[in-house]
Amino acid sequence: MAKIKGNIVVDIERCKGCELCMAECPTGTIAMSKEVNHKGYSYAYAARPDLCIGCANCAIVCPDGVITVYKIKI
Amino acid sequence: MNDTNQMNDIIKPGNIVYKRTDLMTDDILHYCPGCGHSTVHRIIAEIIDEEGIQSETIGISPVGCSVYLYNYIDIDCQEAAHGRAPALATAIKRLMPDKYVFTYQGDGDLAAIGTAETIHACNRGENILIVFINNGIYGMTGGQMAPTTIPGMKSSTSPYGRDVEMMGNLIKMTDIVATLPGTYFVTRQSVHSAVNVRRTKKAIRKAFHYQKLKKGTCFVEVVSNCPSNWKMTPVESNKWMEENMFPYYPLGDLKDPEKQQEK
Repeated sequence: MAKIKGNIVVDIERCKGCELCMAECPTGTIAMSKEVNHKGYSYAYAARPDLCIGCANCAIVCPDGVITVYKIKI
Repeated sequence: MNDTNQMNDIIKPGNIVYKRTDLMTDDILHYCPGCGHSTVHRIIAEIIDEEGIQSETIGISPVGCSVYLYNYIDIDCQEAAHGRAPALATAIKRLMPDKYVFTYQGDGDLAAIGTAETIHACNRGENILIVFINNGIYGMTGGQMAPTTIPGMKSSTSPYGRDVEMMGNLIKMTDIVATLPGTYFVTRQSVHSAVNVRRTKKAIRKAFHYQKLKKGTCFVEVVSNCPSNWKMTPVESNKWMEENMFPYYPLGDLKDPEKQQEK
């Protein structure tokens, strides 16, 4: 069976750290950073990209549209 | 090492599943973190982009938090006086019947100062789309009680919760306009989770489609959150909304003639 792998890229400077993507992620890929961006928000990042399935739920729920989602079949 | 290479292989333009639409401008949205307004802006921009109607769409921005709509979506926009967006949309649509016209209004704009305009535009059956963002509070001015504030909800002008005996009942604009013969498609959606965002997008796309067919007024209410004025985190506010707002504002289509035909 083909395995689906995904990954996300977060536009760090636009992220406002609302954590909605983290709550919506079904696999626990996303975590919030300990560092902050230039606005002072802690931003989302792919802490466990190996778990990502590219479902794009995080990007769809993200108010600011900062997440770009990639997906391939292996 | 292999894993890292594999991860880098995934990030290629050909593998994009979802990316921010180019119709959104590069301005950083001024909304608070987690605000539903940003999501609805993005949904509308995505639909206009996907349908390829950028040059044919005119948006009407309201007074309220979403007043800067015209800075964020790269389409023609007109700013209306407080609450008068449906009246302005009526004029634009009548002058340019081939354009897609939508208004984007919050609950202070649509349900308080603009009640008359909204009801009469819907009753006349103007061929426009009204997007109504309902977060049960006046967001921009500092969290005062709105007509849509639910009983018991705390706001800066009802610090002990809305007392129905003294402050009256909440107004359900969507239910009111659904009873009017001029409206064609009336629905209530939300944007608190991925599945609801998808449903809202589907509803707004449908509304644009009905407008093309000149069916009548389409009214899409989006029950939204206001984390700053509800004094909660975005995730908490979404949960609170699910538990407390949805009993008063149940989601679903209130009026969709084509759906009834399908049955």
